[in-house]
Amino acid sequence: MLRAIFVIFFFQLLGEALKKFFEMLIPGPVIGLILLLITLIFLKRFKTRAINNLKSDVLNTSNYILSYLSLLFVPIGVGVVMHLSYLENNLFKVLIIVFISTVLTIGLTAFLMEKINKRINKK
Amino acid sequence: MIQKDKLYSIWVYLQAEPLFWLTLTIGSYLIGDYLYKKSKLFPLVNPVAISILIISLVLINLDISYERYFDGAKFIHFMLGPATVALAIPIYKQFKVIQKEALSISVSLVAGSLFAIISTFALCEIFKIEDQVLFSMLPRSATAPIAMGISDLIGGIPSLTAIITIITGIMGASFGTFALDFLKLKDMSARGFGLGLASHGIGTARAMSRNETAGVFAALALGLNGIATAILVPLLFKLLNIF
Repeated sequence: MLRAIFVIFFFQLLGEALKKFFEMLIPGPVIGLILLLITLIFLKRFKTRAINNLKSDVLNTSNYILSYLSLLFVPIGVGVVMHLSYLENNLFKVLIIVFISTVLTIGLTAFLMEKINKRINKK
Repeated sequence: MIQKDKLYSIWVYLQAEPLFWLTLTIGSYLIGDYLYKKSKLFPLVNPVAISILIISLVLINLDISYERYFDGAKFIHFMLGPATVALAIPIYKQFKVIQKEALSISVSLVAGSLFAIISTFALCEIFKIEDQVLFSMLPRSATAPIAMGISDLIGGIPSLTAIITIITGIMGASFGTFALDFLKLKDMSARGFGLGLASHGIGTARAMSRNETAGVFAALALGLNGIATAILVPLLFKLLNIF
């Protein structure tokens, strides 16, 4: 568990450092995600026991953290409610726009993907 | 009377400490999660929305500032970064499926990302939203830190973008599945991808609570659309300035 937390923090740290260094718009944790993914794929070639142990440790800990992913959005979400007045008289209009656009985007994206997958699988 | 004074002084002491706000956050989330499970994962009973509502009511009624609350809740907030890194694991496990669906992933990524931006722009024009708010809304389908960066770049207000981005996440998580069911979409990877693309982390959390494959593709879409939005919004913005 502790080793896995170290690995995850380390990759985030690496991501944050790279972001700062190259002045990227992509957040540090997303860079950390990409680096960890590349590392995991690279390590596939080496099947020693030590690496396998560490890997399964990271897998289990990550799954545990991710099972509480929703909880992590609560503090910033409370901030949204407390600062809704920022939107002033736009609040209602913004809610309608976000609702329509978000629901349509989800439908369109998933629709396209399912249709293309079906067509490919038929071939 | 002495008793009441004592209780009051305990409260004054506790509310200044992070522990109280941490406990309240986890407790409210457990209530939200309990109701979500009781409702058989009905999307409108969103655990994030419920806990946000409970905590906000407490803060407003007790006249506590958000800064004081966040002083405690920041320990939970901090874990968002490591959790994002941890999303590498489900993506790694499904890497073969992702490679197989590379074509449909790239097509729906570009189409979905463009649609999210352009439909937001069009609706803002229809509703006559002022420019600064419009600019703050354009990147709202990207994950919050990316969206805020883009907003700053094109002349929006980053804190306003943060608010709109979170609203987008909650809307997507609460209403997205109704659109997917209405279109009778069965492919779990497609359902997850749509949720993650349009409503980033909160949509991903919702997809993950329902189905592993959907969760993986939501996480993938969250990462990819963060990058796509960061490229497309400034690009479209330049085009807009030309005309």
